[in-house]
Amino acid sequence: MNLPADPSVEAGPSSAGPASAAGRSDGRVTTASNTKWLLETKGITKRFGAVEALSDVNLHVAPGEVTALLGDNGAGKSTLIKCLAGIHEPEEGQMIFDGHPVRIRGPKVATGLGIETVYQDLALCDNLDIVQNMFLGRELTNSRLLDEDSMEKQARQTLAELSVTTVRSIRQLVGSLSGGQRQAVAVAKAVMQNARMVIMDEPTAALGVAQTAMVLDLIRTLRSRGIAVLVISHNLNDVFKVADHIAVLYLGRLAVEAPVGAFDQQSAVYAITTGRFDPNTIEASATVQAIE
Amino acid sequence: MTRFSEPSTEAGSDVSATQPPEQVVTLLDPASAADNMRDYLRAWIVRIKNGESGMLPVVLGLILIVIIFQSQKSVFLSAGNLTNLFTQSATYILLGMAEVYVLLLGEIDLSIGYVGGVAGVVTVATAAPPGDHPWWVAILAGLVVATIIGIIQGLVITRLRVPSFVVTLAGLLGWEGVLIFLADREGGTNGGGTIRLSNSILLDLVNGNLSVAAGWIVLVLGVAGFAVFLIARDRHRRRHALVVPPLGLTIAKIVAVAVAGFAVVAICNTNRGRIVSHPVQGVPWVVPIVLGIFMLWTALLGRTRFGRYVYAIGGNAEAARRAGINLGRIRTAAFALTGLTAGLAGVILASQLGSISSNVDGGSLVLYAVAAAVIGGTSLFGGRGKMLYAVIGGLVIATIANGMGLIGLSASAQYMVTALVLLAAASVDALARRNSTRTA
Repeated sequence: MNLPADPSVEAGPSSAGPASAAGRSDGRVTTASNTKWLLETKGITKRFGAVEALSDVNLHVAPGEVTALLGDNGAGKSTLIKCLAGIHEPEEGQMIFDGHPVRIRGPKVATGLGIETVYQDLALCDNLDIVQNMFLGRELTNSRLLDEDSMEKQARQTLAELSVTTVRSIRQLVGSLSGGQRQAVAVAKAVMQNARMVIMDEPTAALGVAQTAMVLDLIRTLRSRGIAVLVISHNLNDVFKVADHIAVLYLGRLAVEAPVGAFDQQSAVYAITTGRFDPNTIEASATVQAIE
Repeated sequence: MTRFSEPSTEAGSDVSATQPPEQVVTLLDPASAADNMRDYLRAWIVRIKNGESGMLPVVLGLILIVIIFQSQKSVFLSAGNLTNLFTQSATYILLGMAEVYVLLLGEIDLSIGYVGGVAGVVTVATAAPPGDHPWWVAILAGLVVATIIGIIQGLVITRLRVPSFVVTLAGLLGWEGVLIFLADREGGTNGGGTIRLSNSILLDLVNGNLSVAAGWIVLVLGVAGFAVFLIARDRHRRRHALVVPPLGLTIAKIVAVAVAGFAVVAICNTNRGRIVSHPVQGVPWVVPIVLGIFMLWTALLGRTRFGRYVYAIGGNAEAARRAGINLGRIRTAAFALTGLTAGLAGVILASQLGSISSNVDGGSLVLYAVAAAVIGGTSLFGGRGKMLYAVIGGLVIATIANGMGLIGLSASAQYMVTALVLLAAASVDALARRNSTRTA
């Protein structure tokens, strides 16, 4: 398996990434000796015509950890997750999933690997209830008729496992749910398909305080289940509440990749806006390599 | 679900605490209200206030219309007239159900009036001399033609991505042309484009009656079957700790179906003949036929993957696409079913008229069909509607036409009143929706 310290891995953020943070007091940060990346990209490059949306991106996502993907508008966050979700296929580069090189040619391949994506628009049908949404496209049938009972049982179990306890009935229409609950349904739908990695695009955008707290709890639950979570967010407060690692995209390049402890709000903003790590942060200079 | 090997440790314990209290009220949902009838009724009222009034306005409206007509003309509620009303509503109900399939997708089919007409001509001509084919061959021929027309239109809509409004508008014009051509050719020059229906079984579809005893037997079997189905399902779900409607509601549903069924059979079994020696009584065949199609289509929409996908596409086509649903195939199948159901309506129309001609007013029929579906509560924007809505809406349309005919209102007044009813129904729906989006 591709340990970050493996000499065969090309030099770069991977060898200076989370592994170097072994000495930090934060117990959540994993060390080189027990880290196994679930997903690793090597030199991912994606062009749209003459525009290079992503160039030479080396991203690392570990199981049971929350990786926050930061970057200004147009930095390439959406393009990167679409590459991971199989919607785009990068022109160059390699992806290694669970130790094996993979080519994610389509959404079906991604979900087959266990990579589930929760898009910002959530892709839910407001006119269907929670169970119907969770099983959309994967309905259980019994002699060609829908097996509502089994679906309802499974849906309820998944929601309970995710500690989603605020919905009054899993037979209520998704259109009647709050923003946080809709997010929870979308995540539950993803997790129910044996997800090993969940990508969430702006999960807390447009949510109120209480709803945001609920979604952050949900992310923590996923992490405690050993699922790798990759979160895109503009809200640094939320990022600092749940993330274990932070990866910053700047103009299509992965500028910084480091444990969350290496950042504070100010240095994160600095990294997002300049693509460089804040030189004033001493700890960072020892643990993080910034691509310039 | 064993993939989560360890229990949740850190998260979730405070989730409920983070929920603002007002949310609990707005989320009150009938299905969640468990076994308590009072809770259920309260949730139902909340739901109506939130704009999910369902069929309540249209049922109240239908009762109001009936009261008005009865006060104007006492013969309105006579057994003879009501039985007449049931048979008159069959065409509207069938066409309305045909339209529901495509309306659920957020599409529309303007051609079904003439598709039904073409199917009617094919059926009547197949049963007529010189072929004299048996009734079932004739019906099959008509339905196959109607289904193929639906498939063709569906393919043009999905493959060439031409809006359904345009494709079926072309169908509205084109199939009228085909109808006139066929009616003129089969009816012959001296027939004036009219083909008489001579097959007795086809005529009996609308004009024949079940025997009095058969009507009662069908009623008892139907209600018993419905009751057993509901109670067995509830018991099974309760045993597996699934969401179950309160017992009171289930009983109320069964009683409502039993009372309505009893009323229909009792009315139809009353002698409506004028000659004492020749009693005319019994449930017209068309009533159980429409009921059977209604139940079949309801099961297809509610209990199969196809039906689920129709709702999903109407609700959020992009979500359906990402879920791996083949949008083109589902849409085409829905247009095929619309064609098939319109074909059934054409056969029933031919049976009712005893003939079919190039004068079938498919343009008005399709508008009545859309009106029937919308009056019942089907959304023109897709994702919301039921076959039951078309039944209620078709009854409303037929009741208006029947009652105003009895009162002796002119055609001009009939059109205007029908327009007002349609507008009122659509407005109630729109107002309710606006309320619901505001609260959501």
